[in-house]
Amino acid sequence: MSTLHTVNKSPFDRNSLDTCLSVTKADATVLMIEDGVAGAMQNTTASAGISDAMAKGVKFAVLGEDLRARGLPADRVMDGFSVVDYAGFVQLSADHDNVQSWL
Amino acid sequence: MSDTKKFVYINRKAPYGTVYALESLEVVLIGAAFEQEVQLVFVDDGVYQLTKGQDTDGIGMKNFSKTYSALGDYDVNQIYVDEQSLKDRGLTMDDLQELTYEDEDDDWAEKSSMKLVNREQLADLISDADVLLNF
Repeated sequence: MSTLHTVNKSPFDRNSLDTCLSVTKADATVLMIEDGVAGAMQNTTASAGISDAMAKGVKFAVLGEDLRARGLPADRVMDGFSVVDYAGFVQLSADHDNVQSWL
Repeated sequence: MSDTKKFVYINRKAPYGTVYALESLEVVLIGAAFEQEVQLVFVDDGVYQLTKGQDTDGIGMKNFSKTYSALGDYDVNQIYVDEQSLKDRGLTMDDLQELTYEDEDDDWAEKSSMKLVNREQLADLISDADVLLNF
């Protein structure tokens, strides 16, 4: 069973992303939305944990609309992330068996 | 009036995900009418409030980031950004909008309102405040 994990809290403010990454399996995708998109940027204190999860096979995506709202340039998102729009969010939800929202 | 107080606003939340940033900005603008000394501090996720190029069309929320550039006109021109918070987030001052004011004591020369501060300077700002407001 594959799981889509959505994270909507900044990793610098809450531990949602840390907990999420500690329980994601290799066939999972982590989608960052709302304030969670801050975690997708290069060279942050969250980057190392994300790279470790990527090495394990976890896929990562980030919602472009939320990046743009916050003035965070898509070209400075970490390598390995796909930037998706709302239609992509729906597609990811459909492509996984379940959705876990780390509120 | 000699009893001017120093109001320090501590901003620690990213914009849009919660309403703190917008509420803070509104209180600052209202408070500016009372001619007190005002200092704004952006620390932790608060630094995201000042990023350049915010475009909220895709999320259906009001983009209030342009309002920060009006602060100088309200004599709110002491804006402090925490250096460590930028660094932890892979950001530099170049990623933030440039906030300025016109200095009436210097022939209305346009000057930057923003100062990068370390935690020691932040400690001084907090301990020197008469009133601390947190958002």
